[in-house]
Amino acid sequence: MVAFLNDPFTWTGSLLRSWLEGLGLAPDLVTFLLQVVGAFVLGTTLLMLTFILIWAERKIVARIQDRLGPNRVGPYGVFQTVADLLKLVTKELITPTGADVIPYNLAPLLAVMAVVGVWAVIPLAPTLIGASINVGVLYIVAVGAIGTLGIMVAGMSSNNKYALLGAFRTVAMMVSYAVPMMIALLIPVLLSGSMDMETIVEAQSPIAFIILAPFAALIFFVSSLAEVGRAPFDLLEAESEIVAGFHIEYSGLKFGMFFVGEFLHAFTISALTATLFLGGWQGPWAELYPLLGLFYFIIKTSIVYFVVIWIRGSFPRIRIDHINNLNWKLITPLALASLIVAAIAEKVATEFGINRLGIHVGANAFLFMITLAAIRLNARGARSRVKANSVNKSVAASSGSSPGS
Amino acid sequence: MLEPWIFIALLLGAGMLLPGVTIVANWLLAPKKPNPIKQSIYECGIETVGETYIQLKGGYYIYALIFVVFDIEAVFMFPWAVAFDKLQLYMVMEGVIFILILAAGLAYAWRKGVLEWV
Repeated sequence: MVAFLNDPFTWTGSLLRSWLEGLGLAPDLVTFLLQVVGAFVLGTTLLMLTFILIWAERKIVARIQDRLGPNRVGPYGVFQTVADLLKLVTKELITPTGADVIPYNLAPLLAVMAVVGVWAVIPLAPTLIGASINVGVLYIVAVGAIGTLGIMVAGMSSNNKYALLGAFRTVAMMVSYAVPMMIALLIPVLLSGSMDMETIVEAQSPIAFIILAPFAALIFFVSSLAEVGRAPFDLLEAESEIVAGFHIEYSGLKFGMFFVGEFLHAFTISALTATLFLGGWQGPWAELYPLLGLFYFIIKTSIVYFVVIWIRGSFPRIRIDHINNLNWKLITPLALASLIVAAIAEKVATEFGINRLGIHVGANAFLFMITLAAIRLNARGARSRVKANSVNKSVAASSGSSPGS
Repeated sequence: MLEPWIFIALLLGAGMLLPGVTIVANWLLAPKKPNPIKQSIYECGIETVGETYIQLKGGYYIYALIFVVFDIEAVFMFPWAVAFDKLQLYMVMEGVIFILILAAGLAYAWRKGVLEWV
């Protein structure tokens, strides 16, 4: 019982293994069977988690907008999502005329698969990780891109102009925001000297990377929000402009799967931010009691997810040219600058034996000041241009309207 | 060595299979009464005019092109970041110069007005 409480994950695994080997199965086959069980448990848990995520999001957004939110089905409306699912299951699956049937049906599966796949490399607790691979960060980038691909496939195979516009916007926005996201991902890799997610978490033992590289954390968070297509970057499904964007022609659970993918993806980026920058399962006594590590991980992820919902409830949707300007003219140069700053600060700290925390914080504070000055200069220029324009206009209007001229 | 990759393959398989099963369940439970009006393309009640696959704007293409440059950059930068502990100061400076060349490319595209959305 004590062994179970100390480390339930290893304990359960070895119990299952000894039971299966007791049945006379080969050790290789037992390993494979355990992996099958693990994969399906993880996949099912994630898909079930969506019920809670959707309910939590609706409740919190309702609070922000001074409404009650779902409150009829079950206590506090927790079973509202289940009721929605039951409704969606009985809806007719309509395939529009002229759609490419194979990609059209594959797209919702791709959208969910990409999100579930990312969880293979996230360390949930000190002894609990799906697959401990040494290219974890690169794997996240690669699998995350499949989700974008799913949305593009959905938009292009539906034979609908609104859906096609949604797919175009995917190219302009999601693909562009992958650039600062990758540059921001380089910084934890650089600081820990490894692409293995477990090593990255262990490297954050005294100080989490959000303190050493606050800019990287912020850039990663914002650009992965755009990658997911969450508000305020949700213009690829903007209701007021292109009806529902890429998933307009989907009905029933095929539409539901896009919904599941989107909500789960938002939770996944919260988990990634928590793992890469907030220290993942790190916390007091987490190494001794892995269950406590899982608890810390869930707490940190939930806090980041709450911020995601908060942002959704607070900001209006951004126009497409503003989104592209924000990416290419602010976030990408800032990401490059913060990569240079992190590299030089880290090397100088190890070469000359200066305090690591001090030099990183100082360098980032310096970068913050420069960024603020650049933004202020840019805003001042824009303001003076607007003022000059309005002066010209008012001069033209007064000269045009006066009867004497 | 191969073990984690088998798990990843299994998890991706599960990620395909579980939604697939629910969609099949939906297909079994749902009514199937197709008719031409229901299956027509949804454009808020108006009948669709002309080809769906219109020519796309050049701006999208240019953004994708800049993305490819930076994507290839990531391939070079990740090994540099992984080997960071073993690098000398001058090697780090070479990496910084590489980033600055990239930044110069971005500045060139900016100056040329490629980044303006028109």
